[in-house]
Amino acid sequence: MRISDRAEEIMETLWVHTEEEKEEPIGLGIAKGEPAIEELWKSGHIKLIRDKIVLTEKGTSEGRKVVRRHRLAERLFADILDVKKKLVHPLSCEFEHLLHDGTEDNICILLGHPKTCPHGRAIPDGECCRKFKESVGKAVSPLDRLQVNQRGRVAYIQTRDNKALQKLMAMGILPGIPITLIQKFPSFVFQAGQSQFAVDADLASCVYIRL
Amino acid sequence: MSAQGFANSEQGDILEVSLEKIEGLLKGDYGVSKRTIGLLLLQGDDEITALAESREPDNMSEIKEIINYTGKHYVQPLSYIITLRRQEEASRITGIAVEHLPKANLAFREKLSRVMINPLTGVPILLFVLYYGIYKFVGEFGAGTLVDFIETGIFEKNINPWATQIIKPIIPWQAVRELFVGEYGMITLGVRYAVAIILPVVTTFFVAFAIIEDAGYLPRLALLIDRLFKKIGLTGRAVIPMVLGLGCDTMATMVTRTLPTKRERIIATILLALAVPCSAQLGVILSLLEGNPRGLTVWACAVSLVFLLVGFLSAQILPGDSPSFYMEIPPLRMPKLSNVFIKTYTRVKWYFTEIFPMFILASVLIWIGQLTGLFNLLVKALHSPMRWIGLPDQTAVAFLFGFFRRDYGAAGLYDMKKAALLNGNQLVVACIALTLFLPCIAQFLMNVKERGYKTGVAISVFVLFFSFSAGFLVNFILNILGVSL
Repeated sequence: MRISDRAEEIMETLWVHTEEEKEEPIGLGIAKGEPAIEELWKSGHIKLIRDKIVLTEKGTSEGRKVVRRHRLAERLFADILDVKKKLVHPLSCEFEHLLHDGTEDNICILLGHPKTCPHGRAIPDGECCRKFKESVGKAVSPLDRLQVNQRGRVAYIQTRDNKALQKLMAMGILPGIPITLIQKFPSFVFQAGQSQFAVDADLASCVYIRL
Repeated sequence: MSAQGFANSEQGDILEVSLEKIEGLLKGDYGVSKRTIGLLLLQGDDEITALAESREPDNMSEIKEIINYTGKHYVQPLSYIITLRRQEEASRITGIAVEHLPKANLAFREKLSRVMINPLTGVPILLFVLYYGIYKFVGEFGAGTLVDFIETGIFEKNINPWATQIIKPIIPWQAVRELFVGEYGMITLGVRYAVAIILPVVTTFFVAFAIIEDAGYLPRLALLIDRLFKKIGLTGRAVIPMVLGLGCDTMATMVTRTLPTKRERIIATILLALAVPCSAQLGVILSLLEGNPRGLTVWACAVSLVFLLVGFLSAQILPGDSPSFYMEIPPLRMPKLSNVFIKTYTRVKWYFTEIFPMFILASVLIWIGQLTGLFNLLVKALHSPMRWIGLPDQTAVAFLFGFFRRDYGAAGLYDMKKAALLNGNQLVVACIALTLFLPCIAQFLMNVKERGYKTGVAISVFVLFFSFSAGFLVNFILNILGVSL
């Protein structure tokens, strides 16, 4: 049984609220008697705990998919169809309901498995992204694994250390910047845009380069 | 960021909306646009957050809520997201305005740079720079030719006799006269050491330093030496205070401020106090061990070994994470004469205004010490540690002077060498102990000022004990091996 558009949107909101933003569950409040809530409850996507709406395991997984479809749609409109930015969000709201298992992965492949939506929020990854990472993971390599004179562009920066991120940002090492490795020993020396920098192995390993 | 920074962002952009909300809530006057303040708040700038807290008593909690709310929309920190946006906008503008022609070949300066940063060719270049820049220029020209000329040619032949002539009839009391023109007089010793020995050495060093600094060699040296410095708890960045320390340790201790963590600053201060000889000392030591290449080698090895060993041990003992190294490598440039001149002038001026009163003060203190007998007492107290490390009693005077000015002490040894009071081994041991010995009084004050009373004093006490132990050990080893240098 397909659930209604309205019910999908509620799951999307709930998922963003509790899973992404880690907020307390929303109270039932004015949604009481709303048919979409009734529908989700009956289909086992949500449950009520002390008058709070909580996603079930099934609901969490479904909500995540709706968010993924919405943000993929945004990427599609913004990057490929060049839709005016103002329209991206409302259009995507409608479009997300038209995408279903399988189609969304095709769009994801078409877009090159984007990691964030045009607003900078993370796109939950799908099966296709995981397969892609395994097969072509080698096309992206940390800076410290590059060969001398090898060039590429910064794909992303991966570090949990906020200070390291700040340092790289201060040097302007950001996604999209072209990089050529000049030397590996005793320090990593590279050309980034019009400037040259030297970093140690720890910092170099945070920068991932798309070759 | 300019007000137009996000002008083309879409309306529904959460970052843009939050920024507008914050702008609306800011009521205080900041002297810059509210948008700038809003952006800095979103990026979590500590200083601006503190400022806004004091100026927005009513709205700050709401502003903080907006910032938290905005932050939750992004996986990465807001500062990163904002930097990305800024980068996008900058690329868009440069994309329209700038065209880059592909370069066929590497320019000569780039080739030279590659040679400098490659360890195979870079280390010989470093040795070349040290040999000609420090040994030849500072050691031989500054500490040799210039010092000889100013000391013998100007002071001993002209100023000292002239000052003595003038002072004699004016001041009839022998004791007071000694203050000005005696063995340790303000003019005959204080001014002579400051102007004739220290000034030429320091000036030539600062000239050499300004040239390599202006050429852009220092960042290349930093990346070359980073791995080694990591072992002693520092990064390549610390190469700047360390090389500057070869000029003046006091100034270098002040420059340790540029190091990012407290741990690095403490390690650098210890090493500067202990194992980095300043140019004045270097000059005198190089001339003391002149014509004694084996002695010079033993001195250099012992001091380098202490530098690495103490650095390594401090890195093990001091708590904190090991630092990370990053540095921009600017293009090599031909040093500009005007830059070199201005840099040298400001540094020599700083040095001279700091050190000159210190020399005069040292003369006065020694004079008081001699008059009251306190000085003799201290010298006597130093006799046993001197014998302990195999040196004649007279060296105690040089060591005590050493505290008033480290280079002062080395210069005292110089007088002893002239009088042939020391043999080769003793000279080397004395040079090692004096290089490691307590920092001069100016550096001691700087240690306390920069590192705080407790740490500053602790470092100095450690250095005092370590220098004598190292002197003892070297003397012991030389005797056991039956080596005479």
